[in-house]
Amino acid sequence: SVSPQAAWCELPSRVLLVLTSQRGVQMYDADGSTMVFWHALDVPELPAAHSVFARGIAAAGGRFVCVGTSFGAVLVFDIPPKGTNVTLSEVLEQHRDPITDMAAEQGQAPDGAGDLVTADDSGTLCLWSSGEEFALLGKIPGSGCTCSSVALWNGIVAAGYGNGQIRLWEAGSGRIRAQLSAHARWIYAIDLAPLTGKLLSGAEDSFVHVWKLSRDPDTDDIEVQHCHAECVTDTQVCGARFCDPAGDTFAVTGYDLSEILCYGPA
Amino acid sequence: VMNDIISTMFNRKFMEELFKPQDLYSKKALRTVYDRLAHASIMRLNQASMDKLYDLMTMAFKYQVLLCPRPRDVLLVTFNHLDAIKDFISDSPGILNQVDETFRRLIETYNPLSDGEFQLIRQTLLIFFQDMHIRVSIFLKDKVQNSNGRFVLPISGPVPWGTEVPGLIRIFNHKGVEVKRAEFSTAGNYVTPQREGSFELYGDRVLKLGTNMYSVTRPVETHMSGSSKNLASQAKENIAPNPLAKEELNFLARLLGGLDIQKPAGDSGFRLNLFTTDEEEEHAAQTRPEELSYKVINIEATQEPARRAELSRILGELDVAEPRPGSAGKGEDLLALMDGL
Repeated sequence: SVSPQAAWCELPSRVLLVLTSQRGVQMYDADGSTMVFWHALDVPELPAAHSVFARGIAAAGGRFVCVGTSFGAVLVFDIPPKGTNVTLSEVLEQHRDPITDMAAEQGQAPDGAGDLVTADDSGTLCLWSSGEEFALLGKIPGSGCTCSSVALWNGIVAAGYGNGQIRLWEAGSGRIRAQLSAHARWIYAIDLAPLTGKLLSGAEDSFVHVWKLSRDPDTDDIEVQHCHAECVTDTQVCGARFCDPAGDTFAVTGYDLSEILCYGPA
Repeated sequence: VMNDIISTMFNRKFMEELFKPQDLYSKKALRTVYDRLAHASIMRLNQASMDKLYDLMTMAFKYQVLLCPRPRDVLLVTFNHLDAIKDFISDSPGILNQVDETFRRLIETYNPLSDGEFQLIRQTLLIFFQDMHIRVSIFLKDKVQNSNGRFVLPISGPVPWGTEVPGLIRIFNHKGVEVKRAEFSTAGNYVTPQREGSFELYGDRVLKLGTNMYSVTRPVETHMSGSSKNLASQAKENIAPNPLAKEELNFLARLLGGLDIQKPAGDSGFRLNLFTTDEEEEHAAQTRPEELSYKVINIEATQEPARRAELSRILGELDVAEPRPGSAGKGEDLLALMDGL
């Protein structure tokens, strides 16, 4: 069975705590005291061998909460400013493989770049523009390697893969702009600090890396600098997140680790 | 003894049951099936030795799953196990055939799965083993386990097949042409792998995980002190017995018990003691921390009509959610199968 996921979905009017599991999706008030909404997954016609679960959560367009599913569909929920009248507004069916992760634009999207990216087991990435009806702006085909984690910032998709590679894609054109042989094992976590363009990656190889993304103003090429490496000895890193929007501090979790490790400037 | 255990484990009906898509067994259920397997021959073990054997198996398996370089390598580890098993019974063509059958079935079922699906399998297994830190002396000696019970994760050696050695940053312009290369360095010391392991019936697996740990003879000890900190919470999970689970176990046990098991008559059996003396074994039984006791369920492997009635009664009491199209409840499938035996 799949581990449950939890994510804060920040919307202008409210913050929801969204949980995914094998049953479906649950949404709670920010303090976790009231369940606002739940959605049980419809089990589609699939061979019995395939498990059904929800995975991948993102708040998009200041109004929607999107959740991925193991059958490749992305559920779009329309969230009212308050109350429990959440409705399933759309089901996006562009992925053919289980959704792994999704992310909303954290900075300023250039024209035509979209504000949501969704990723799946085959490494396929879809770029969307949110709204009453979501529009598919582009699809980056996978090359067989699972895209396990994804972030979107200023029209750059930062994608972490099961083979330890990080790829940076131009959201508007779908072209690859950087390839990093970042880790020796499956990447579990990718995070971005929107104020500085710092990128965080955590993987099963015990390493957490901090990178700095920027744009060359003349060529518009993406530049990547490696800033810092942290080795969490004998631990497979499962989660890594910046704790502040500038990326000065970050937190790490790992398999068999009952603590959350926090790293910051000396 | 080898022949009996292996032919029981690879019994066709038992394998068919195992290959059905299903949730992971609970810890209690797994231990019970394991006990049954371990007693499929004239060999007997006392509670203490049985506990120790199970601890060893659990930690060795956890180690192998955890250290798989790629999620897909859990299959290569499985193939290593099967290769070793085939070696044990190489002069019994009947049993060898059973094992090959299972081998082919594994290849057919699992070879086509994606990396993502394998990672899901691996994650599920790792969750099962979470918080288990029993120290195994062969692992401590070989420096694959720390004195706190956690496994050593090396940051050197060959990278998994399909992964690049970390260190390179490549930049592409808007036309997709590589315009810059840069390097970064870390504490890791990785190298390129030589070749990929084989997923065929015969072949060089390349991966050493899952090969016989005891090909060099060594004393085997397990240490539990200091490893039981988080087990109290685990023990609480399993307190409420699931009556349906027990009936399913009885069914599984019947499948396992379907073969003629030679009961030791008088002194003709033998007892395996995993400790150096009988006194040590007795002492271990008495001093085993409460949280680590496995609370084995007693199984009667005989056919009783009363059991089937019991199963129906239990099912009747369960809240059945609205039926999903095309799939009968798990209990009904089981009943149908029992009817057929």
